[in-house]
Amino acid sequence: MNTLPVGETFALGIAAYTAGAFACLASWRKPALARRLCCGMALAGGVLEGLAALLGALQGTPVRWRISSGVPLFAYSFNYDALAGFFNLTLAVLAVAIAIYSFGYLKEFENKRNISLFGFFYHILLLALTVVFTAANAFLFLIAWEVTALAAYGLVTFYHEDGETRQAGLLYIIMAHIDAGCLLLGFALLTQAGGSVEFASFRAAGPHLSNSRQAAAFVLFFLAFSIKAGVIPFHVWLPAAHPVAPSNISALLSGIVIKTGIYGMARFFFDALGVLPAWAGVVVLILGVASAVLGVLYALMEHDLKRLLAYHSIENIGIILMGLGAALIFRVVGHPQLAAIALIAAMFHTLNHAIFKCLLFLGAGSVLHSTGTRNMEKLGGLIRPMPVTAFCFLIGAVAISGLPPLNGFVSEWLTYQSLLAGFGATAGVTRILFPIAGSMLALTGALAAACFVKAFGITFLALPRGAESRHVREAPRSMLIGMGWLTMACIGLGLGVTWFLPVFDSLTGQLLGLRVGANLIAGSGFVLSVGTPHGGTVSTAIIGLGLLVLLAPTVLLIAIRARRFARRHGPTWDCGLPGLSAENEYTATAFSKPLRMIFSALYQPRREIQALFDVSPYYPKEIHFESEIEPAFEKRLYNPLQNLILWISTRMRAIQAGSIHAYLAYIFITLVVLLLLVSRQ
Amino acid sequence: MTETLAKSGFQLLLLLLVAPLVSGVIRTLKARLQTRRGPDILQPYRDLVKLLRKGMVIPDTASWIFPAAPYVVFVTAALVGLMTPMTATDAPLSLFGGVLAVVYLLALGRFFLALSGLDTGSSFGGLGSSREMTISAIAEPAMMLAIFAVALGANSTNLSEMARSAVSQSWRFLAPSQMLAFAALFIVVIAETGRIPVDNPATHLELTMIHEAMILEYSGPYLALIEWGASIKQLVLMTLLVNTFFPFGLSSGWSVSELGAGLFFYLLKLLLLSCCIVLVETTNAKMRLFRVPELLAVAFILGALALISTFLF
Repeated sequence: MNTLPVGETFALGIAAYTAGAFACLASWRKPALARRLCCGMALAGGVLEGLAALLGALQGTPVRWRISSGVPLFAYSFNYDALAGFFNLTLAVLAVAIAIYSFGYLKEFENKRNISLFGFFYHILLLALTVVFTAANAFLFLIAWEVTALAAYGLVTFYHEDGETRQAGLLYIIMAHIDAGCLLLGFALLTQAGGSVEFASFRAAGPHLSNSRQAAAFVLFFLAFSIKAGVIPFHVWLPAAHPVAPSNISALLSGIVIKTGIYGMARFFFDALGVLPAWAGVVVLILGVASAVLGVLYALMEHDLKRLLAYHSIENIGIILMGLGAALIFRVVGHPQLAAIALIAAMFHTLNHAIFKCLLFLGAGSVLHSTGTRNMEKLGGLIRPMPVTAFCFLIGAVAISGLPPLNGFVSEWLTYQSLLAGFGATAGVTRILFPIAGSMLALTGALAAACFVKAFGITFLALPRGAESRHVREAPRSMLIGMGWLTMACIGLGLGVTWFLPVFDSLTGQLLGLRVGANLIAGSGFVLSVGTPHGGTVSTAIIGLGLLVLLAPTVLLIAIRARRFARRHGPTWDCGLPGLSAENEYTATAFSKPLRMIFSALYQPRREIQALFDVSPYYPKEIHFESEIEPAFEKRLYNPLQNLILWISTRMRAIQAGSIHAYLAYIFITLVVLLLLVSRQ
Repeated sequence: MTETLAKSGFQLLLLLLVAPLVSGVIRTLKARLQTRRGPDILQPYRDLVKLLRKGMVIPDTASWIFPAAPYVVFVTAALVGLMTPMTATDAPLSLFGGVLAVVYLLALGRFFLALSGLDTGSSFGGLGSSREMTISAIAEPAMMLAIFAVALGANSTNLSEMARSAVSQSWRFLAPSQMLAFAALFIVVIAETGRIPVDNPATHLELTMIHEAMILEYSGPYLALIEWGASIKQLVLMTLLVNTFFPFGLSSGWSVSELGAGLFFYLLKLLLLSCCIVLVETTNAKMRLFRVPELLAVAFILGALALISTFLF
């Protein structure tokens, strides 16, 4: 059945993005038109790409096409298989939401900022992402990969008049190039083994790689992809770069751009490198645990709403890596069924995180749009003027905390189940690693819940803490529709998971040669099971239904009771002092204080209190409080590294005397050495 | 379908009725052990009835989160109760959520309760929420390790399967791994239900309160819902402890005679566990907040030892 127009729809989507990019550039004189073009064309492209992904899933067989470019090694070869389709679907869901959201969001840029340049980079980014997910040629992949990084750089530094933004952009582009360098070396290694730069030849050569070469390729690719994904300790750029971008771009960056790293891991670790040894899986699992726990611990200390969300991206990448690592280990020890479940857990969490993180960033964008600040200590009480944004943000917060019955719970449940199974399926030290990873996942989940109680509670509840959040208005309707679409996706994927599960069949079929979707569904189609008899089962649909069924009589009971006595409104207890004010409220810093003290070994918190007083120290006139935590990775790892590089560069300066004779001598010596090397072979 | 509904109805009734009783028994026993007379064991029912009859005051600063939270707390606790085997090995809704769903549904209730604490705008609420989320976060890894140790024995996270496997080897609790896991889970249950030495349910002193600080602004029927929900949660956690480790007397079917016997043994086991809790509460003083992590670290280590010993023995 090769009749569905997958390729055509895909090409149309690509064309829409390309046309959008140049149309935006062309309309630079008319900002209103540029805004409409920017959002409209992205919406069209997103819808078309989503359609292509659905058609591809319906068709079930990969679609390949290859257009020779005339340049040696390089060809426009695409492979629209299940993995590509899955990531393109994820991208399309986000692209549609962000495009709708941007209609309203970009309005404030009109006549102030260059919307047409923004639109150009935005479309190029979407285009490059689509190509990254479908490219089947190393050169095409690398070019798309680089373009993604450059377009993202253009968008991250959109507010370039701000020094912090430029600094973050620089860090981002440096890390992106280290990552591209690793990728280039990795591809060189595989090209040498496979004899061609087509992915198909890598796949053919994969099983015949020697151990050392396979290990080298794994390390290079893992480095490249984990820099992109923001895995700890390669994460430093992420919390710097994501918050400073415009919010719709932050949503795209955290939602899908970092997922290109996950895509790369799925593509290469399961497909092109042959069966990786168990230690590779262990490395992925351990770094996953580290990213999850440290990511959420750093998130807790943030009171910049968008930086907090950026740290949560690191946490969730960690959770995805736990699933991937478990899948790699299961594959090599001969448990394909478990490997498939772990892989589904990882991929499903990738999709879920893309959706709820995008939702949360868009929510944070609405808050920023209405109040002009990202500082939670100045926010508060926004649930009254912005009820819809608050509701969407709340759903996102519940989903990201992994609470039932929403989608985050389902993928974390699957991750738990695969970690639990790992104890029985493996031997030796690896064995004990699984339950420890499981308990760390529990810690992560609970800390994430604490963090989102803080994020939602401080931002949206109680009284406004600063002038910024006093006279605010709800975001425009288009922004609410964009968020509403993602909110529905969170709820739908949570409650209706068993209907969505078959999508993963072709994915696991492709990567592991096994379809387990049918095994995972029990109890007349709405119960998720782990596939083993008497194993764990869960049904989010029934949980949701059960909550509603139990809710009805409870509400009735209280309603009958409360009707007899009027419910009065009164002031909150203020300890007898007149009038509760915003100063009495708990702050974000105070909320996370117990955890800051408990984990002080990690944070190394420093605080400074200065009190000004006239007569008695007990009646201070003014108190100055300052508190900060130590950025451990920057201080312990990156600063020494930076100093080392600077030191080497200074030494290197000795041979760069500026004398042309010396340079000519260098060139000559290099030539001779190269000739000698070549002639010896 | 109708059978599941009938079982659910029965178990729901049991939950709603037994939960306040357990709180009452603990309170009375504790008073007796401290040579006080104390309230009689039916006092919690009277409290609930009285609260349900009262009017309520809603803080001016509160949003819809404040009235929503009591419902979430109550409903999640009740639903979790239906997934847990109480008198019979097969719980009515155990197919639809195992021990992970139980832990996370309780976390959902806590999430909303903590939000309601922040919603009032009082510093007490924020203080309570902050502490509650902190303690639950550090209790969670220990809890999960202990649960893993038990789930590995049963090869399932489904609570009915876990109970069935416990019944099939009823002396398994003597295995070192099970004893260690029980100890770990016992500490976690103490922390999760807010009992001494972690929290004092009877205090209203700002320096020490956790749960009470969060719900300070609630009154009337909403307070009743929260109190009732909290006692159901306590009952469910205690049930998990007694039925997964000591499955004696769990009935395998739902006939009237089996249920009677099951109920008798269940209440007996609860009484014994209540005695243990009372002993712990009476012989310990409440810990300083920053000592609690040490206690939970002990639970974590016990859980890890439990896991390691599952493959040593």
